[in-house]
Amino acid sequence: MNRPAMRRKSKRRRWLEPQSSISPRLYLALTLSSFALLLAVWSLLTYGGIVDKLFLPSPSKIVESGITLFTEFDFIQDILATVYRVLVGFVLAFLAGSALGVLIGTYKALEAFFEPMISFVRYMPVSAFIPLFILWIGVGDVEKISVIFFGSLFSIVLMTAVEVGGVRRELLEASYTLGSSPLGVLRSVILPASLPGMMEIARLVLGWAWTYIIVAELVAASTGIGHVIIESQRMLRTSNIIYGILTIGVLGLITDLILKRAIRGMFPWNYGR
Amino acid sequence: MQPKLEIRNVSKRFPGVKKKPDVLALDTVDLHIATNEFITVLGPSGCGKSTLLRIIAGLEEQSTGSVYLDGEEIDGPSADRGMVFQAYSLFPWLNVAENIEFGLKNKRIGARERKEIAAQYIDLVGLRGFENHYAKQLSGGMQQRVAIARALANDPEVLLLDEPFGALDNQTRTLMQEQLLEIWEKTNKTIVFITHDVEESIYLASRVLVMTSRPGKIKADIPIELEHPRSYQIKVDPRFLQYKERLTELIREESLKAIQE
Repeated sequence: MNRPAMRRKSKRRRWLEPQSSISPRLYLALTLSSFALLLAVWSLLTYGGIVDKLFLPSPSKIVESGITLFTEFDFIQDILATVYRVLVGFVLAFLAGSALGVLIGTYKALEAFFEPMISFVRYMPVSAFIPLFILWIGVGDVEKISVIFFGSLFSIVLMTAVEVGGVRRELLEASYTLGSSPLGVLRSVILPASLPGMMEIARLVLGWAWTYIIVAELVAASTGIGHVIIESQRMLRTSNIIYGILTIGVLGLITDLILKRAIRGMFPWNYGR
Repeated sequence: MQPKLEIRNVSKRFPGVKKKPDVLALDTVDLHIATNEFITVLGPSGCGKSTLLRIIAGLEEQSTGSVYLDGEEIDGPSADRGMVFQAYSLFPWLNVAENIEFGLKNKRIGARERKEIAAQYIDLVGLRGFENHYAKQLSGGMQQRVAIARALANDPEVLLLDEPFGALDNQTRTLMQEQLLEIWEKTNKTIVFITHDVEESIYLASRVLVMTSRPGKIKADIPIELEHPRSYQIKVDPRFLQYKERLTELIREESLKAIQE
């Protein structure tokens, strides 16, 4: 009798089976333990005096400087400035980029005109354009927003075009045989079919936008989290730098969670039952 | 009498890829289909039977010849020729009722009337209680019933079905055949149904068209003289078995040719 033995064995090694699920409790425990481990290593290095506190301050020092940043340096204003720039730049890029992407993915003529050019422009790093943007636009919010806008735009266009081009042909054909006009197919088939994918693209690109904003704020900024980081570097306040970085991580995580929840709620037909 | 659907001298040539010669998929097909006929087109795989159906639907352009519906030449797809695909053609973001209402919306029929018509066709395919389900929540057989209801609700002149039960398991397929036959007996639509299944082609049809392997031509045109309503028990009737023997022989020759190519 080989079978019961086999089954017992496979149950014990569930986590070794490709893509098989694990219990929610184990999942949560593993998630928490990764953070705990990071904190433990960090504490060991700092409280144990293994690393110079100029290079890596202890966790408690970070919390301390976080409190000082908020109470004495009005850090909340910097956070708001950064969030504002990211959101405005990203939302504008998403509106323009997804519209253009839908058109490119739908009409071959527009694809021929735009796609090669955008593929070319996309590989130029937006951070390298910062000096040009400053020259053209100045150093205000508009310049920072432009960095986000152009950093996100081209990826959104190309990814949306691919998403739209991937709409199943049967759906288009079924729609035609049900009396849709070409424009009707775009509106009532291509758009709804690719919306969930477009929102996932938004989620992905928004993550990148958070990295562009810091680059933008490291250069010629008087507010923002990036500005705080570069100022702290000048004054050798390592703990402030780390606190700034952590803040961005948390902000990114929060926006991602919000978007993820919103997407699941918006498209029940695409996720689960 | 004017045929409902006339296919005159239709050929389809696909351009060869990578310097290979062109492929002739359909070779001068001529067909007359009368109102209320249930035509099944039986052919080995790759014989161009789906291409023929897609040309009738207007989804594919023929290389030569013309297709006429009620004497008028067709040009592109339109609501007068409803189509049911092999699988996965429901709009996944719409529920069952909304899928069925899709064509009616295109016709600018008001919301209330749409609901009434949708309900009627949901009943016809036996899906009452599933109005608010999404495609994802339905079995393959249920999805195809919705696809049939969606095509019928639009009240097309001709209903085209491209191996609609091909992806279903045997038991479900048999039940679906019975249901489709019942629907045809009730609605009297003109139907063209593509299949590679001999039994299915006889059971459903008033006329079976057998196609040759590539290039596809009409090889035989066999009226099925079995009475209606037909129950599944007819599949063991001696006359049914005679048809089956004959068609199996015809289709076997073509399949052999296709394999030896």
